[in-house]
Amino acid sequence: MSNTNEKFLVGIFDDEDILLHGVEGIREKGVKIHEVYTPFPVHGLDEVLGYKRSRLPIAAFLFGMTGTILALTMQIWMLGFDWPMIIGGKNFVSLPPFIPVTFELTVLLSALGMVGTFFIVSDMKPYKTPRQFDLRSTDDKHVMAVDLASNQLSKEEISRILKENGASEVNEKNF
Amino acid sequence: MQATSSIRETLITGGKTVRDVSEDISRQVEGKPTRLWWMAFSISLVLFMFGLYCLVTLLWEGVGVWGLNKTVGWAWDITNFVWWVGIGHAGTLISAILLLFRQKWRMSINRAAEAMTIFAVICAATFPLVHMGRLWLGLYWVLPLPNTWGSLWANFNSPLLWDVFAITTYFIVSLVFWYIGLIPDFAVIRDRAVRMGNTTRATIYNALSFGWDGAAKTWMRYESVALILAGLSTPLVLSVHTIVSFDFATSIVPGWHTTIFPPYFVAGAIFSGFAMVLTLLIVTRKVFKLEDYITIYHIELMNIVIIITGSIVGIAYITEFFVAWYGQVPAEYYAFYNRATGPYWWAYWSMMTCNVISPQLFWWKKLRTNIVATFILSIIVNIGMWFERFVIIVTSIHRDYLPSSWSMFYPTMYDVGEYIFTFGLFFTAFFLFAKFFPVINMAEVKSIIKSSSEKKH
Repeated sequence: MSNTNEKFLVGIFDDEDILLHGVEGIREKGVKIHEVYTPFPVHGLDEVLGYKRSRLPIAAFLFGMTGTILALTMQIWMLGFDWPMIIGGKNFVSLPPFIPVTFELTVLLSALGMVGTFFIVSDMKPYKTPRQFDLRSTDDKHVMAVDLASNQLSKEEISRILKENGASEVNEKNF
Repeated sequence: MQATSSIRETLITGGKTVRDVSEDISRQVEGKPTRLWWMAFSISLVLFMFGLYCLVTLLWEGVGVWGLNKTVGWAWDITNFVWWVGIGHAGTLISAILLLFRQKWRMSINRAAEAMTIFAVICAATFPLVHMGRLWLGLYWVLPLPNTWGSLWANFNSPLLWDVFAITTYFIVSLVFWYIGLIPDFAVIRDRAVRMGNTTRATIYNALSFGWDGAAKTWMRYESVALILAGLSTPLVLSVHTIVSFDFATSIVPGWHTTIFPPYFVAGAIFSGFAMVLTLLIVTRKVFKLEDYITIYHIELMNIVIIITGSIVGIAYITEFFVAWYGQVPAEYYAFYNRATGPYWWAYWSMMTCNVISPQLFWWKKLRTNIVATFILSIIVNIGMWFERFVIIVTSIHRDYLPSSWSMFYPTMYDVGEYIFTFGLFFTAFFLFAKFFPVINMAEVKSIIKSSSEKKH
């Protein structure tokens, strides 16, 4: 984002099905797509763009496991070793009563850890101003950005390919 | 790609386009509040202030201002707590369980239902907090913190402590789930404000939207996060009311000491939660003119959930009675006999009428597709559910083991005042939400416009 004077061609698509076929056609022609911005999740778009599956579920699992281990060690250490108390004549360390708190902390850490990871990898934070190619991308248009510097083809040629593949308009945008 | 059966009814009527969704839902955020909104908001605020007075008096004078006595040591406070927590179950159920089951009808209602969940859980949490009397010391009683006695830790064997963890986790996870859903919609309002040239609104919603740009890669991760959160929230929502029921079920008080409590409480929670969602949404759709998004079909589906959960609750009531008779434990037998015929018979029969009989009326399609009937029944269900908790709590303990300790519970102004406080808090928060946040999840509704919207003819 630091390097200035980046030149983009911005294709606008009106419909998600046209967009999906368009992305396939445009990639077949050898045009490298910078990113596609959509107002709602379009199923199958990640596949036609060739994105790998998100690894966030792994993060969620690891954070969840951290919660499980943390909760169990905390309860066993506090009630079993640090200050054992006789409560109703029961064992100091018995697993069943520790399960509710263990479960809750597993869910809590898993959820918070995963969402935190999501914000970090997607670079999302309050007061961040995103780079937007077309403001209509949050309303009703699907916006495809093509970085001219990373493509061999000429601007006119890319523009023609975008239009042939369903873009209703093609604009230029410089940052 | 997805296929939708042609026999499914349309979820969005009025031939809406994707652009119409942004327009219709953002309008109430962008416009000035109506006179109706100001009136409703002011009434809630007055209730809130009166309740606040009662709350401050309680904290100043101590819990003695409540109508509790030696025998009935738990009454309105815990009744209201369980009632609000129960109401707080519908939101996450709708957004999590219905997401896992791929029920598209959740999309128009999940935002408001989740908001309701969050406010209801805040209301619920006020009761255990204030009942501690000196709630500033409560941190040491409920959290495992080192304290002045050295390391005398909280008792992890206590269901009341499990409750602390369950409610806290539920609140935080629901809040995160709700906020994640709001981010793309805040971006819609931000970009509309930029285009309209309203810089103040653009700045505020820019801060709220976390720099959302709608990139395909972010959407992919976002969907992954939503799915996992739904997977985590599903057992969570079931665990919360299960643990609330443990507050009673793990005791040895006749009438509380039953293994049926967890599923029975969870069904009751969903029952009352859906009723409250209906009460609020019937008003919201009218005030904000959202009839095309929250259709009669949505209301009918929610009413079907009410029939199912209401019937489960009814079966649970009957099972409790059957087991009390079949088990022939005198104390248990007496507890239930006293419930139905003792001095609190009116509470018991109010509960039976409101919770067991009234939802059965929804078997008639005419009634479950009628807005007025649904609105009235949804309020009746929540009155019944309040009585359920009151009956379980007060009738089980007001006849102590010694007849000389037998007692009745009479609420004071402060018992009533704290309940009013939570109503004020709940509706004040809900009206603020309805004015400043998009009440329908725009991104999700836009994604089903093509498959589930009524086509223009």
